[in-house]
Amino acid sequence: MIESRLLTGGQAVAEAMRQVDPDVVPVYPITPQTPIIEGYAALVAAGRAHGELLDVESEHSALSAAIGAALAGARTMTATSSQGLALMAEIVYIAASLRAPVVMAVGNRALSGPINIHCDHSDSMLVRDAGVIQLFAENAQEAYDLMILAPRLAEHPDVLLPVLVCQDGFTITHSAEPVSLLADEDVRAFVGEYRIPEPLLDVAHPTTRGPFAMPDYYFELRHQLGAAQQAALGVFGELAEELAALTGRRYRTLEPYALDHAEHALVCLGSTGGTLKDAVDTLRADGEAVGLVEVRSFRPFPADELREELAGVRRATVLDRADSPGGAPPLFADVAAAFAGSGVELGTVVYGLGGRDIHPEDVRALLAASGERRTYLGLRGEPCRA
Amino acid sequence: MPELLSWDELPAGGAVRPQEAERPRTGGWRTGVRPEVDLAQCVDCLLCWLYCPDSAIVLDGTAFAGFDLDFCKGCELCSVVCPTGAIEMVADE
Repeated sequence: MIESRLLTGGQAVAEAMRQVDPDVVPVYPITPQTPIIEGYAALVAAGRAHGELLDVESEHSALSAAIGAALAGARTMTATSSQGLALMAEIVYIAASLRAPVVMAVGNRALSGPINIHCDHSDSMLVRDAGVIQLFAENAQEAYDLMILAPRLAEHPDVLLPVLVCQDGFTITHSAEPVSLLADEDVRAFVGEYRIPEPLLDVAHPTTRGPFAMPDYYFELRHQLGAAQQAALGVFGELAEELAALTGRRYRTLEPYALDHAEHALVCLGSTGGTLKDAVDTLRADGEAVGLVEVRSFRPFPADELREELAGVRRATVLDRADSPGGAPPLFADVAAAFAGSGVELGTVVYGLGGRDIHPEDVRALLAASGERRTYLGLRGEPCRA
Repeated sequence: MPELLSWDELPAGGAVRPQEAERPRTGGWRTGVRPEVDLAQCVDCLLCWLYCPDSAIVLDGTAFAGFDLDFCKGCELCSVVCPTGAIEMVADE
Protein backbone atom coordinates (compact mmCIF):
# COMPACT_ATOMS: atom_id res chain seq x y z
CA MET A 1 0.00 0.00 0.00
CA ILE A 2 1.42 3.36 -0.99
CA GLU A 3 0.05 6.52 0.56
CA SER A 4 0.63 10.00 -0.83
CA ARG A 5 0.71 12.95 1.55
CA LEU A 6 1.57 16.63 1.35
CA LEU A 7 4.77 16.88 3.39
CA THR A 8 7.82 19.06 3.72
CA GLY A 9 11.13 17.31 3.24
CA GLY A 10 11.72 17.56 6.98
CA GLN A 11 8.39 15.90 7.75
CA ALA A 12 9.00 13.21 5.13
CA VAL A 13 12.40 12.38 6.61
CA ALA A 14 10.92 12.26 10.14
CA GLU A 15 8.32 9.85 8.76
CA ALA A 16 11.07 7.71 7.21
CA MET A 17 12.78 7.67 10.63
CA ARG A 18 9.56 6.53 12.29
CA GLN A 19 9.24 3.70 9.78
CA VAL A 20 12.90 2.62 9.96
CA ASP A 21 12.53 2.92 13.76
CA PRO A 22 16.19 3.28 14.79
CA ASP A 23 17.18 2.25 18.32
CA VAL A 24 19.09 5.41 19.26
CA VAL A 25 18.77 9.00 17.98
CA PRO A 26 21.15 11.52 19.58
CA VAL A 27 20.18 15.00 18.40
CA TYR A 28 20.89 18.69 18.71
CA PRO A 29 18.71 21.25 16.93
CA ILE A 30 19.92 23.58 14.18
CA THR A 31 18.18 25.41 11.36
CA PRO A 32 17.20 24.16 8.79
CA GLN A 33 17.43 20.59 10.02
CA THR A 34 15.31 21.22 13.13
CA PRO A 35 11.97 20.17 11.58
CA ILE A 36 13.42 16.70 11.06
CA ILE A 37 14.26 16.04 14.71
CA GLU A 38 11.24 18.03 15.94
CA GLY A 39 9.02 15.88 13.78
CA TYR A 40 10.72 12.72 14.94
CA ALA A 41 10.64 13.80 18.62
CA ALA A 42 6.88 14.42 18.31
CA LEU A 43 6.46 10.88 16.96
CA VAL A 44 8.47 9.49 19.90
CA ALA A 45 6.41 11.57 22.37
CA ALA A 46 3.22 10.19 20.82
CA GLY A 47 4.51 6.66 21.21
CA ARG A 48 4.59 6.12 17.45
CA ALA A 49 8.40 5.84 17.21
CA HIS A 50 10.51 3.92 19.68
CA GLY A 51 14.07 5.22 19.40
CA GLU A 52 15.98 6.35 22.48
CA LEU A 53 16.01 10.10 21.86
CA LEU A 54 19.14 11.60 23.44
CA ASP A 55 19.09 15.38 23.94
CA VAL A 56 22.80 16.05 24.02
CA GLU A 57 24.63 19.33 24.58
CA SER A 58 26.15 19.82 21.11
CA GLU A 59 26.50 18.30 17.67
CA HIS A 60 29.97 17.12 18.65
CA SER A 61 28.28 15.10 21.41
CA ALA A 62 25.43 13.99 19.15
CA LEU A 63 27.73 12.24 16.73
CA SER A 64 29.99 10.97 19.50
CA ALA A 65 26.98 9.33 21.17
CA ALA A 66 25.84 8.03 17.79
CA ILE A 67 29.18 6.30 17.20
CA GLY A 68 29.04 4.62 20.59
CA ALA A 69 25.50 3.42 20.03
CA ALA A 70 26.14 2.22 16.48
CA LEU A 71 29.23 0.25 17.50
CA ALA A 72 27.49 -1.14 20.59
CA GLY A 73 24.93 -2.73 18.29
CA ALA A 74 22.09 -0.23 17.93
CA ARG A 75 20.72 1.21 14.68
CA THR A 76 21.44 4.92 15.03
CA MET A 77 20.34 8.06 13.22
CA THR A 78 20.89 11.77 13.72
CA ALA A 79 20.56 15.01 11.75
CA THR A 80 22.39 18.30 11.43
CA SER A 81 23.18 21.34 9.27
CA SER A 82 25.95 23.86 8.62
CA GLN A 83 27.64 24.94 11.85
CA GLY A 84 26.40 21.75 13.47
CA LEU A 85 28.20 19.67 10.87
CA ALA A 86 31.23 21.93 11.29
CA LEU A 87 31.23 21.32 15.04
CA MET A 88 30.90 17.60 14.32
CA ALA A 89 33.64 17.59 11.70
CA GLU A 90 36.25 16.07 13.99
CA ILE A 91 33.85 13.25 14.87
CA VAL A 92 32.69 12.78 11.25
CA TYR A 93 36.21 11.65 10.37
CA ILE A 94 36.30 9.40 13.42
CA ALA A 95 32.85 7.91 12.65
CA ALA A 96 34.09 6.93 9.21
CA SER A 97 37.37 5.58 10.53
CA LEU A 98 35.61 3.54 13.24
CA ARG A 99 33.29 2.23 10.51
CA ALA A 100 30.19 3.28 12.47
CA PRO A 101 27.14 2.90 10.20
CA VAL A 102 25.33 5.99 11.47
CA VAL A 103 22.72 7.55 9.17
CA MET A 104 22.58 11.33 9.30
CA ALA A 105 20.16 13.65 7.56
CA VAL A 106 21.88 16.89 6.55
CA GLY A 107 19.81 19.99 5.82
CA ASN A 108 22.42 21.71 3.68
CA ARG A 109 23.09 25.30 4.74
CA ALA A 110 25.89 27.76 4.09
CA LEU A 111 28.72 27.83 6.61
CA SER A 112 29.51 31.00 8.51
CA GLY A 113 30.81 33.52 7.86
CA PRO A 114 29.12 35.72 7.27
CA ILE A 115 26.42 33.94 9.21
CA ASN A 116 23.56 32.80 6.99
CA ILE A 117 20.82 30.18 7.34
CA HIS A 118 20.06 29.35 3.71
CA CYS A 119 21.15 26.62 1.36
CA ASP A 120 24.45 25.93 -0.16
CA HIS A 121 26.69 22.88 -0.03
CA SER A 122 29.68 24.29 1.85
CA ASP A 123 28.76 22.26 4.95
CA SER A 124 28.80 18.95 3.07
CA MET A 125 32.01 19.89 1.30
CA LEU A 126 33.69 20.56 4.64
CA VAL A 127 33.49 16.80 5.34
CA ARG A 128 34.06 15.75 1.73
CA ASP A 129 37.23 13.82 2.54
CA ALA A 130 36.13 12.30 5.86
CA GLY A 131 35.28 8.95 4.30
CA VAL A 132 31.51 9.24 4.82
CA ILE A 133 29.01 8.52 2.05
CA GLN A 134 27.09 11.58 0.85
CA LEU A 135 23.86 11.15 -1.10
CA PHE A 136 22.10 14.28 -2.44
CA ALA A 137 18.31 14.38 -2.81
CA GLU A 138 16.58 16.50 -5.47
CA ASN A 139 13.30 16.83 -3.56
CA ALA A 140 11.33 15.63 -0.52
CA GLN A 141 10.46 12.32 -2.17
CA GLU A 142 14.09 11.51 -2.76
CA ALA A 143 15.05 12.59 0.76
CA TYR A 144 12.42 10.14 2.08
CA ASP A 145 13.47 7.29 -0.23
CA LEU A 146 17.20 7.77 0.41
CA MET A 147 16.63 7.88 4.18
CA ILE A 148 15.10 4.39 3.89
CA LEU A 149 17.87 3.10 1.64
CA ALA A 150 20.64 4.64 3.77
CA PRO A 151 20.66 2.22 6.75
CA ARG A 152 21.09 -0.78 4.45
CA LEU A 153 23.93 0.94 2.60
CA ALA A 154 25.64 2.04 5.83
CA GLU A 155 25.36 -1.39 7.44
CA HIS A 156 26.36 -3.51 4.45
CA PRO A 157 29.37 -5.64 5.51
CA ASP A 158 31.41 -4.45 2.52
CA VAL A 159 30.62 -0.80 3.34
CA LEU A 160 30.21 -0.07 7.09
CA LEU A 161 30.35 3.70 6.73
CA PRO A 162 28.25 6.63 7.93
CA VAL A 163 25.76 7.79 5.29
CA LEU A 164 24.77 11.46 5.03
CA VAL A 165 21.43 12.01 3.33
CA CYS A 166 21.85 15.58 2.08
CA GLN A 167 18.84 17.74 1.33
CA ASP A 168 18.91 21.42 0.46
CA GLY A 169 17.97 23.57 3.44
CA PHE A 170 14.52 25.23 3.13
CA THR A 171 14.18 24.31 -0.56
CA ILE A 172 13.66 20.70 0.50
CA THR A 173 13.50 20.69 4.30
CA HIS A 174 10.72 23.31 4.54
CA SER A 175 8.85 23.07 1.22
CA ALA A 176 5.73 20.91 1.04
CA GLU A 177 5.08 18.62 -1.87
CA PRO A 178 3.21 15.35 -2.40
CA VAL A 179 5.34 12.47 -1.10
CA SER A 180 4.52 8.80 -1.67
CA LEU A 181 5.02 6.88 1.56
CA LEU A 182 5.64 3.17 1.80
CA ALA A 183 3.69 0.95 4.15
CA ASP A 184 5.36 0.57 7.56
CA GLU A 185 5.70 -3.20 7.15
CA ASP A 186 7.43 -2.79 3.76
CA VAL A 187 9.99 -0.41 5.27
CA ARG A 188 10.57 -2.74 8.22
CA ALA A 189 11.03 -5.69 5.89
CA PHE A 190 13.38 -3.68 3.66
CA VAL A 191 15.66 -2.45 6.45
CA GLY A 192 15.53 -5.69 8.48
CA GLU A 193 17.45 -6.25 11.69
CA TYR A 194 20.55 -4.22 12.54
CA ARG A 195 23.60 -6.46 12.21
CA ILE A 196 27.23 -5.40 12.29
CA PRO A 197 30.36 -7.50 12.80
CA GLU A 198 31.56 -7.62 16.42
CA PRO A 199 29.14 -5.24 18.17
CA LEU A 200 30.69 -3.97 21.40
CA LEU A 201 27.88 -5.43 23.51
CA ASP A 202 28.83 -8.90 22.30
CA VAL A 203 30.91 -9.40 25.44
CA ALA A 204 31.84 -12.94 24.45
CA HIS A 205 33.88 -11.44 21.59
CA PRO A 206 35.43 -8.26 22.99
CA THR A 207 37.29 -5.82 20.73
CA THR A 208 39.06 -2.52 21.21
CA ARG A 209 37.93 0.22 18.80
CA GLY A 210 39.68 3.40 17.87
CA PRO A 211 43.24 2.17 18.27
CA PHE A 212 46.23 4.46 18.06
CA ALA A 213 47.74 4.03 14.61
CA MET A 214 51.27 5.22 14.01
CA PRO A 215 52.92 5.75 10.61
CA ASP A 216 53.05 1.94 10.27
CA TYR A 217 49.22 1.54 10.19
CA TYR A 218 47.43 4.91 9.73
CA PHE A 219 47.85 4.83 5.93
CA GLU A 220 46.40 1.31 5.62
CA LEU A 221 43.40 2.11 7.83
CA ARG A 222 42.56 5.28 5.86
CA HIS A 223 42.89 3.29 2.65
CA GLN A 224 40.18 0.90 3.88
CA LEU A 225 37.76 3.83 3.58
CA GLY A 226 38.48 4.20 -0.11
CA ALA A 227 37.86 0.49 -0.63
CA ALA A 228 34.58 0.67 1.31
CA GLN A 229 33.51 3.70 -0.76
CA GLN A 230 34.30 1.80 -3.94
CA ALA A 231 32.20 -1.14 -2.73
CA ALA A 232 29.36 1.24 -1.90
CA LEU A 233 28.91 2.12 -5.58
CA GLY A 234 27.88 -1.46 -6.34
CA VAL A 235 25.90 -1.95 -3.12
CA PHE A 236 23.94 1.24 -3.83
CA GLY A 237 22.89 -0.20 -7.18
CA GLU A 238 21.72 -3.50 -5.64
CA LEU A 239 19.76 -1.76 -2.89
CA ALA A 240 18.25 0.72 -5.34
CA GLU A 241 16.91 -2.24 -7.38
CA GLU A 242 15.41 -3.77 -4.25
CA LEU A 243 13.83 -0.46 -3.24
CA ALA A 244 12.54 0.13 -6.77
CA ALA A 245 10.54 -3.09 -6.47
CA LEU A 246 8.66 -1.41 -3.61
CA THR A 247 8.46 2.18 -4.84
CA GLY A 248 8.69 2.05 -8.62
CA ARG A 249 11.40 4.72 -8.34
CA ARG A 250 14.77 3.46 -9.51
CA TYR A 251 17.75 5.39 -8.17
CA ARG A 252 21.23 5.40 -9.58
CA THR A 253 24.42 6.93 -8.27
CA LEU A 254 23.73 9.61 -10.85
CA GLU A 255 20.60 10.55 -12.79
CA PRO A 256 20.92 11.30 -16.49
CA TYR A 257 18.25 13.59 -17.97
CA ALA A 258 17.71 14.36 -21.66
CA LEU A 259 21.17 13.20 -22.65
CA ASP A 260 20.10 11.67 -25.98
CA HIS A 261 22.13 13.46 -28.65
CA ALA A 262 23.08 16.13 -26.12
CA GLU A 263 26.11 18.21 -27.10
CA HIS A 264 26.21 20.14 -23.87
CA ALA A 265 25.60 18.58 -20.45
CA LEU A 266 25.00 20.32 -17.16
CA VAL A 267 26.16 18.57 -13.97
CA CYS A 268 24.82 19.44 -10.51
CA LEU A 269 23.92 18.25 -7.00
CA GLY A 270 20.68 18.57 -5.05
CA SER A 271 17.45 20.50 -5.63
CA THR A 272 18.95 22.57 -8.45
CA GLY A 273 18.47 19.41 -10.53
CA GLY A 274 14.72 20.06 -10.49
CA THR A 275 15.22 23.62 -11.72
CA LEU A 276 17.62 22.49 -14.42
CA LYS A 277 15.22 19.79 -15.66
CA ASP A 278 12.67 22.55 -16.38
CA ALA A 279 15.37 24.65 -18.01
CA VAL A 280 16.54 21.73 -20.15
CA ASP A 281 12.94 21.01 -21.26
CA THR A 282 12.56 24.62 -22.43
CA LEU A 283 15.93 24.68 -24.14
CA ARG A 284 15.26 21.35 -25.85
CA ALA A 285 11.95 22.72 -27.14
CA ASP A 286 13.97 25.60 -28.61
CA GLY A 287 16.24 23.12 -30.37
CA GLU A 288 19.25 23.37 -28.06
CA ALA A 289 21.03 20.02 -27.59
CA VAL A 290 21.31 20.32 -23.80
CA GLY A 291 21.10 17.57 -21.19
CA LEU A 292 21.73 17.12 -17.50
CA VAL A 293 23.34 14.80 -14.98
CA GLU A 294 22.32 15.01 -11.35
CA VAL A 295 24.98 13.44 -9.19
CA ARG A 296 23.01 11.51 -6.55
CA SER A 297 26.04 9.98 -4.83
CA PHE A 298 28.73 12.61 -4.36
CA ARG A 299 30.76 10.22 -2.18
CA PRO A 300 31.45 7.68 -3.52
CA PHE A 301 31.79 9.67 -6.74
CA PRO A 302 30.55 7.64 -9.74
CA ALA A 303 33.32 8.71 -12.12
CA ASP A 304 33.05 5.70 -14.47
CA GLU A 305 29.29 6.04 -14.86
CA LEU A 306 29.64 9.76 -15.47
CA ARG A 307 32.18 9.15 -18.25
CA GLU A 308 29.85 6.59 -19.83
CA GLU A 309 26.80 8.84 -19.67
CA LEU A 310 28.65 11.83 -21.09
CA ALA A 311 30.69 9.94 -23.66
CA GLY A 312 28.98 11.74 -26.54
CA VAL A 313 28.97 15.32 -25.28
CA ARG A 314 31.23 18.08 -26.53
CA ARG A 315 31.04 20.18 -23.37
CA ALA A 316 30.04 19.72 -19.73
CA THR A 317 29.26 22.62 -17.43
CA VAL A 318 29.51 21.82 -13.73
CA LEU A 319 27.40 23.82 -11.30
CA ASP A 320 28.81 24.05 -7.79
CA ARG A 321 26.82 25.40 -4.86
CA ALA A 322 30.07 25.77 -2.94
CA ASP A 323 33.34 27.47 -3.76
CA SER A 324 36.93 26.75 -2.93
CA PRO A 325 38.49 30.19 -2.77
CA GLY A 326 41.84 30.03 -4.48
CA GLY A 327 41.14 26.60 -6.03
CA ALA A 328 38.67 24.50 -8.02
CA PRO A 329 35.06 24.18 -6.77
CA PRO A 330 34.53 20.68 -5.32
CA LEU A 331 32.07 19.04 -7.75
CA PHE A 332 34.00 20.49 -10.67
CA ALA A 333 37.23 19.06 -9.29
CA ASP A 334 35.76 15.54 -9.34
CA VAL A 335 34.24 15.92 -12.78
CA ALA A 336 37.47 17.38 -14.16
CA ALA A 337 39.43 14.45 -12.72
CA ALA A 338 36.96 12.02 -14.35
CA PHE A 339 37.36 13.69 -17.76
CA ALA A 340 41.09 14.41 -17.68
CA GLY A 341 42.51 13.84 -21.16
CA SER A 342 39.09 12.95 -22.63
CA GLY A 343 38.71 15.94 -24.95
CA VAL A 344 35.40 16.94 -23.33
CA GLU A 345 35.46 20.71 -22.84
CA LEU A 346 34.63 21.68 -19.26
CA GLY A 347 33.04 24.74 -17.76
CA THR A 348 32.63 25.59 -14.09
CA VAL A 349 29.91 27.68 -12.51
CA VAL A 350 29.64 28.73 -8.90
CA TYR A 351 26.07 29.68 -8.02
CA GLY A 352 23.55 30.02 -5.23
CA LEU A 353 25.91 30.62 -2.31
CA GLY A 354 24.12 31.48 0.91
CA GLY A 355 20.77 30.50 -0.59
CA ARG A 356 20.72 32.84 -3.59
CA ASP A 357 18.10 31.48 -6.00
CA ILE A 358 18.83 29.99 -9.38
CA HIS A 359 16.07 30.28 -11.99
CA PRO A 360 15.50 28.22 -15.14
CA GLU A 361 16.13 31.29 -17.31
CA ASP A 362 19.60 31.67 -15.79
CA VAL A 363 20.67 28.55 -17.64
CA ARG A 364 20.46 30.18 -21.06
CA ALA A 365 22.98 32.75 -19.88
CA LEU A 366 25.27 29.92 -18.77
CA LEU A 367 25.15 28.39 -22.24
CA ALA A 368 25.81 31.76 -23.85
CA ALA A 369 28.74 32.31 -21.52
CA SER A 370 30.14 28.91 -22.31
CA GLY A 371 33.38 30.26 -23.69
CA GLU A 372 34.34 31.46 -20.23
CA ARG A 373 36.08 28.88 -18.16
CA ARG A 374 34.53 29.89 -14.84
CA THR A 375 31.30 31.76 -14.19
CA TYR A 376 29.95 33.15 -10.94
CA LEU A 377 26.22 33.14 -11.60
CA GLY A 378 24.57 36.38 -10.52
CA LEU A 379 27.66 37.80 -8.83
CA ARG A 380 27.58 41.61 -8.79
CA GLY A 381 30.75 43.14 -10.15
CA GLU A 382 33.32 41.76 -12.57
CA PRO A 383 34.53 38.40 -11.17
CA CYS A 384 38.12 38.22 -10.08
CA ARG A 385 39.84 35.53 -12.16
CA ALA A 386 43.08 33.75 -11.59
CA MET B 1 59.06 -6.49 15.06
CA PRO B 2 56.01 -8.51 13.91
CA GLU B 3 55.28 -8.50 10.18
CA LEU B 4 53.07 -5.56 9.17
CA LEU B 5 49.62 -6.30 7.73
CA SER B 6 48.28 -4.84 4.48
CA TRP B 7 45.09 -2.76 4.46
CA ASP B 8 42.92 -5.68 3.36
CA GLU B 9 44.33 -8.01 6.03
CA LEU B 10 43.38 -5.62 8.84
CA PRO B 11 39.93 -5.84 10.47
CA ALA B 12 37.57 -3.03 9.35
CA GLY B 13 38.43 0.16 11.21
CA GLY B 14 41.40 -1.49 12.90
CA ALA B 15 39.29 -3.31 15.51
CA VAL B 16 41.70 -4.97 17.92
CA ARG B 17 40.91 -8.44 19.24
CA PRO B 18 42.32 -9.52 22.61
CA GLN B 19 45.08 -11.76 21.27
CA GLU B 20 46.23 -9.02 18.85
CA ALA B 21 46.80 -6.53 21.66
CA GLU B 22 49.77 -8.69 22.70
CA ARG B 23 51.54 -8.33 19.37
CA PRO B 24 53.22 -4.97 19.80
CA ARG B 25 56.09 -5.41 22.30
CA THR B 26 55.64 -2.01 23.92
CA GLY B 27 58.56 -2.69 26.27
CA GLY B 28 60.65 -1.48 23.35
CA TRP B 29 59.71 2.08 24.35
CA ARG B 30 61.17 1.67 27.88
CA THR B 31 62.50 4.87 29.42
CA GLY B 32 66.01 3.64 30.18
CA VAL B 33 65.30 2.12 33.58
CA ARG B 34 63.78 -1.24 34.47
CA PRO B 35 62.51 -2.66 37.80
CA GLU B 36 64.49 -5.15 39.80
CA VAL B 37 63.11 -6.99 42.83
CA ASP B 38 64.63 -8.19 46.09
CA LEU B 39 62.35 -11.20 46.69
CA ALA B 40 63.44 -11.42 50.35
CA GLN B 41 61.57 -8.14 50.99
CA CYS B 42 58.47 -8.95 48.88
CA VAL B 43 55.31 -9.67 50.95
CA ASP B 44 53.09 -10.60 47.95
CA CYS B 45 50.72 -7.70 48.62
CA LEU B 46 50.38 -7.35 44.80
CA LEU B 47 50.07 -3.55 44.92
CA CYS B 48 52.57 -3.44 42.05
CA TRP B 49 50.30 -5.77 40.04
CA LEU B 50 47.28 -3.53 40.78
CA TYR B 51 49.05 -0.32 39.81
CA CYS B 52 51.07 -1.44 36.79
CA PRO B 53 49.45 0.33 33.79
CA ASP B 54 50.92 -2.21 31.35
CA SER B 55 50.03 -5.51 33.04
CA ALA B 56 53.75 -6.23 33.20
CA ILE B 57 53.76 -7.83 36.67
CA VAL B 58 53.79 -11.64 36.37
CA LEU B 59 52.01 -13.68 39.04
CA ASP B 60 52.20 -17.30 40.06
CA GLY B 61 48.73 -17.81 41.51
CA THR B 62 48.56 -15.02 44.09
CA ALA B 63 52.33 -14.72 44.49
CA PHE B 64 54.59 -12.16 42.84
CA ALA B 65 56.67 -13.91 40.16
CA GLY B 66 58.55 -11.18 38.30
CA PHE B 67 58.31 -8.58 35.51
CA ASP B 68 57.36 -9.02 31.85
CA LEU B 69 59.94 -6.75 30.24
CA ASP B 70 58.27 -7.15 26.82
CA PHE B 71 55.65 -4.72 28.12
CA CYS B 72 57.28 -2.80 31.02
CA LYS B 73 57.84 0.84 29.99
CA GLY B 74 59.91 1.78 33.03
CA CYS B 75 57.33 4.15 34.54
CA GLU B 76 58.53 3.31 38.09
CA LEU B 77 55.03 3.12 39.58
CA CYS B 78 55.68 -0.38 40.97
CA SER B 79 58.74 0.84 42.81
CA VAL B 80 56.84 3.87 44.18
CA VAL B 81 53.85 1.90 45.50
CA CYS B 82 55.87 -1.03 46.91
CA PRO B 83 55.34 -0.72 50.72
CA THR B 84 58.54 -2.59 51.63
CA GLY B 85 60.92 -1.00 49.14
CA ALA B 86 61.51 -4.36 47.46
CA ILE B 87 61.48 -2.89 43.92
CA GLU B 88 64.34 -0.73 42.74
CA MET B 89 64.79 0.84 39.32
CA VAL B 90 68.10 0.05 37.65
CA ALA B 91 69.69 1.21 34.41
CA ASP B 92 68.42 -0.70 31.39
CA GLU B 93 71.29 -1.85 29.19
